[in-house]
Amino acid sequence: MRYEVANTVEEAVAILGQAESGLYPLAGGTDLLAQIRSGRVAPDGVVDLKRIPELREIVADDAGYRIGAAVSGAELGEHHDLVADWPGVVEAAELIGSTQIQGRASMGGNLCNASPAADSVPALIAAGALCSIVGPGGRREVAVEDVVTGPGKTCLAPGEIVAHFSLSRPQPRSGDAYLRLIPRSEMDIAVVGVGVGLTLDADGVCIACRVALGAVAPTPLVVPDAAATLVGRSVSGAALDDLATAASAAAQPIDDMRGTREYRVHVTGVLARRAAMIAAERAGS
Amino acid sequence: MKRHVSAIIDDEPLEFLCDDGQTLLDVLRDVLHKTGTKEGCGTGDCGACSVQLNGRLVCACLVLAAEAEGARVDTVEGIAAEGELHPLQRRFLEQAALQCGVCTPGFLVAAKALLERNNDPSEEEVRYWLAGNLCRCTGYDKIVRSVLDAAADLRGETA
Repeated sequence: MRYEVANTVEEAVAILGQAESGLYPLAGGTDLLAQIRSGRVAPDGVVDLKRIPELREIVADDAGYRIGAAVSGAELGEHHDLVADWPGVVEAAELIGSTQIQGRASMGGNLCNASPAADSVPALIAAGALCSIVGPGGRREVAVEDVVTGPGKTCLAPGEIVAHFSLSRPQPRSGDAYLRLIPRSEMDIAVVGVGVGLTLDADGVCIACRVALGAVAPTPLVVPDAAATLVGRSVSGAALDDLATAASAAAQPIDDMRGTREYRVHVTGVLARRAAMIAAERAGS
Repeated sequence: MKRHVSAIIDDEPLEFLCDDGQTLLDVLRDVLHKTGTKEGCGTGDCGACSVQLNGRLVCACLVLAAEAEGARVDTVEGIAAEGELHPLQRRFLEQAALQCGVCTPGFLVAAKALLERNNDPSEEEVRYWLAGNLCRCTGYDKIVRSVLDAAADLRGETA
C-alpha cells in the first residue's frame, strides 16, 4: 500500500483525481485504517490530507467559522469561541470514540465514512452547516444534509474531497444541542442521535428551528415537520409533545442487536424533546 | 522501496525505514524494538498501544509510521525520566493496579496525558478519559485510585 502526502488541496485533487488511482483520502484514519486492517477495503494507497492548511485550521471571522475537514475532535473542544457559539456541534464531535480516537478523528471523516449513526452529522445539519467540496471539476458548496446518500455512500464524485465546513455566527438568542442514546455511557455507537438548533425571540418564542436525526434511517435525516412544531411557540409543554411525536414519526429505524425498531422510534421523540430543551436553555442564556 | 522517516521518539531524534502501509505501532515494536508499547486489538478499541503524537493521545495502531515524519512521539518508555519512576508508575506498583500487565503501558501513557492537562481531575474525569483503555484483570478501581493518587503526588499534596 502506498502512502502519499498532499500539501495543498490542488495536489490532493490531482493525485486522487487520476483515473483508477485506487487511492483513498486519509484524514484522522480512525475508520479508514481499521477498515484496511480488517480487509473491508483494500486501497492501493492513501493520500494524507493532514498537511493541507485549509483542512487543519479553524478560521473565525465576522461571518462565522471555517472548520478544516481534518480538524480533530480534541482540537474542536479546545476552541473556546466555537464551543461557545456551537456547543451542540462540538459535543457531538466529542462523543466519537475514546480520548485516543478524539486525538485523530475528524468531522470530515465522520461525514464521508457515511455511517447512518455518525454523531457529528445530525449536529452539523441542525446547525445549518455547509461543506466546501473540491475536486477535478472545481469547488462547490453543499449543505451537509445533501452529502450522505446511503450507508457508506456520499454525493462526492471520484477525486472530490471535503475541504472544510462553514458555520455562520449564530443569530442572537440561538442554541444548539446533540444527544444520543448508547447502551452504556461511553465508547459506543449511537442507537439514536438527535440534533436540534433553534432561535428564540425576545419573549422566548421560537422563530427558527432545525431538527436532524441519526441512526434511525439509512442516512441522517433532516426533519422540517418536527422543526415546524416549535416555530411560533415557546419551547415547552404541548409544543415539546408535538415535537417528540413528529420526530418519532420521521424515524425509520432498523431492528438490530442495539435496539428494536419500536424502541428507537420512541427514543427518537424522547431525545428530540430533551435536545430542544437544552438548545432553548442555551439560546436563553 | 522502504520509506525513510525522521522523528523525535521519547526525546531522542531517531530515523527509521518502514513500508508505506506499516503502522506506527509495528515500527515502534518491530523496527525500533520499543516493545513497551503493546498491541491489543489493533483496531483502536483497547488503548494498549496508546502514545502521544505531537502531544495528542492516539492509538499507534491507527497511525501510519509514515505519518510520523517530523513528529514527536512519546511512548511509555520515556515516562521514567533518567531511570526514576514517574509517580503514576510508582502508584500503579504500590497499589497493584495491574495483573497481567498488557494494558498497563497504555494506561500509563493515557493517564500521563490527562495529568499534563489537568493535575486535579475528579474520579469521573479520570474514568471518562480512560474509557478507551481496556483492562480485563483489575476491574479498573485500583487503576483509577492510582491515577488520583499520582495526581495528588504531582500537586505536592502527598509525601
